[in-house]
Amino acid sequence: MQLNREALTRAYRQMKLIREFEERLHEEIQTGEIAGFTHLYSGQEAVAVGVCEHLTERDKIVSTHRGHGHCLAKGCDLGGMMKEIWGSQEGLCNGKGGSMHIADIDKGMLGANGIVGAGAPIAVGAAISSKIDGPDADGKLAVSIAFSGDGACNQGTTFEAMNLAVVTKAPAIFVFENNHYSEHTGVDYAVGTNKDIASRAEAFGMKVWRADGTDFFAVHDTFREVLEYVRVPGNGPAAVEFDTERFFGHFEGDPQRYRGDGELDRLRAERDCLKIFRASVTGAKLLEDVDLDAIDTESLKAIEDAVAASRAAARPQPENVLENVYISY
Amino acid sequence: MARMMYRDAIRNTIFQEMQRDERVVVLGEDVAGGMGTAGGPEAIGGIWSTSTGFYEAFGPDRVIDTPISESAIMGAAGGLALAGKRPVAEIMFADFIGVCMDQLWNQIAKFRYMFGGKSICPAVIRMPVGAGYNAAAQHSQMISQFVTNMPGIKVAMPATPADACGLLRQAIRDDDPVVFLEHKFLYGMKGEVPDDPDFTIPFGHARLARAGQDVTIVATGMMVGYAETAADDLAQDGIGCDVIDLRTTSPLDEEAILDSVEVTGRAVIVDEAPPRCSLATDISSLIAQKAFASLRAPVEMVTPPHTPVPFARELESAYLPSPAKIAAAVRKSLEYR
Repeated sequence: MQLNREALTRAYRQMKLIREFEERLHEEIQTGEIAGFTHLYSGQEAVAVGVCEHLTERDKIVSTHRGHGHCLAKGCDLGGMMKEIWGSQEGLCNGKGGSMHIADIDKGMLGANGIVGAGAPIAVGAAISSKIDGPDADGKLAVSIAFSGDGACNQGTTFEAMNLAVVTKAPAIFVFENNHYSEHTGVDYAVGTNKDIASRAEAFGMKVWRADGTDFFAVHDTFREVLEYVRVPGNGPAAVEFDTERFFGHFEGDPQRYRGDGELDRLRAERDCLKIFRASVTGAKLLEDVDLDAIDTESLKAIEDAVAASRAAARPQPENVLENVYISY
Repeated sequence: MARMMYRDAIRNTIFQEMQRDERVVVLGEDVAGGMGTAGGPEAIGGIWSTSTGFYEAFGPDRVIDTPISESAIMGAAGGLALAGKRPVAEIMFADFIGVCMDQLWNQIAKFRYMFGGKSICPAVIRMPVGAGYNAAAQHSQMISQFVTNMPGIKVAMPATPADACGLLRQAIRDDDPVVFLEHKFLYGMKGEVPDDPDFTIPFGHARLARAGQDVTIVATGMMVGYAETAADDLAQDGIGCDVIDLRTTSPLDEEAILDSVEVTGRAVIVDEAPPRCSLATDISSLIAQKAFASLRAPVEMVTPPHTPVPFARELESAYLPSPAKIAAAVRKSLEYR
């Protein structure tokens, strides 16, 4: 653990914002105000933040259907995201994308994705682009991250993307967040052989890492090593598997009959990355509870403001449906 | 003007655009060809000879020889485009679209719309299409009907070497994704190609390949040449045909079709795709909706039967439209009361 007070504060604030963003969505969805499908990321915040804290705007990420955490961690505007989920014309995608398709190209966020496993080849394309651009003055390459879950690790696109990245020595990083469920099916069933995703990436000739995804510091420190490796021209891609937890269902409204008795309570008590972080930094006297409580209050306020702004934001008009099909026709 | 083959018009255009704009990169199976073999890169130079010499000129960063993995090619083209490059991807046979449909249909086609117009996606996907080589049902298909149905994708179908050049240069410089359907049977066709390094053909503007007063023939790709042959034959009998080469099916030059049909009152639509839910039915529907009062006969469609593409020479000939079938459809239209 080598982070200073400012970095620790920033990391906690990011994780807490993601958590509150989603806890609030969970409530609002039940009121019927938000349309469509929403997939919550709660529980996995340490991964998004532990990874993205290392990245710059030159680095790209490609996300999944469970993308809110990655978007916020990569710097997408919180208010713009909330408005997008509300379907507002003022949303990040003018209400054309919704929860599953948030993108912010200027921030290097190349899109959440409604198709499981679809993001990896796109990330490899962005990584090839980075390789063509070459290293910066420090001799380091910009990288491109493909976030995938244990579900996506079974898709052929992911396999094709890993192989293409190895063949082209593209600076791509495959981040597998194993939250133990692909939709409603357990990883013990769906991932064959030894149930290990990282070893699959290894089989494509990549260097791989594994870490506890509920421990921010494990994610952060591991990913620093991954990044240092991939930023070196000629090294090519790498993969990392984080063992993590998801507190909500596959989608909002999922009754989660596949969970075991007391499983969710146990996860919230023992495997909550925010609680683990708090215990870790207060135990080491790096931050006080009072500091973290202040961030909690501040985060709730930010979410409250975003929700109020989303409610008040302009709605799309029927003629907007025709916009943005093509550039010039 | 230089006289050259359709395939060379394509090769030269990409080569020139790669020289002009360093953001242009090519990727696909065997686009260098011979990578990892004793023969080495350029042992093949692309199976359609549309990228011969590229590897030597531009190197492995910009001539990306991929494994056989169409989803990765298509997705990487999308990622390259989002990251600021201008990829020209080759799917070796258009039939393989099935392998990578998601990356085309759900990803590349939709980025701009889903992201609220905040991104461009200047990817060109070249897909050789069509029958005529007895390559049977998995290497001979026309797929214009699928891609034309995808909002967000522009679709070009050049019928001549000049159009292959002008439409492809437009596609590479266009900020939207373009599916570029090259007819395999046209690769050896020779024609004049303008020397102007900025020669482009804007999308959505049809070409009048033949002018006549009696019947409108609408065609694309290889079918244009067949329609021209039919029109020349019919001219011997004093029958004049407008032959409209659509050039692009998305956007579609509706005006060119409707203006012609208003004069002739008769339309024959020639399409190499199977007839159900196709370009032929789409254009027939357009004429029925917007030029009904001008029609003096039912719209005729000349298409293959609703079957996969057969293998044997006799069967493939029976399957494909031909100048004789087109001429017969024109005569049928003229004979209608």
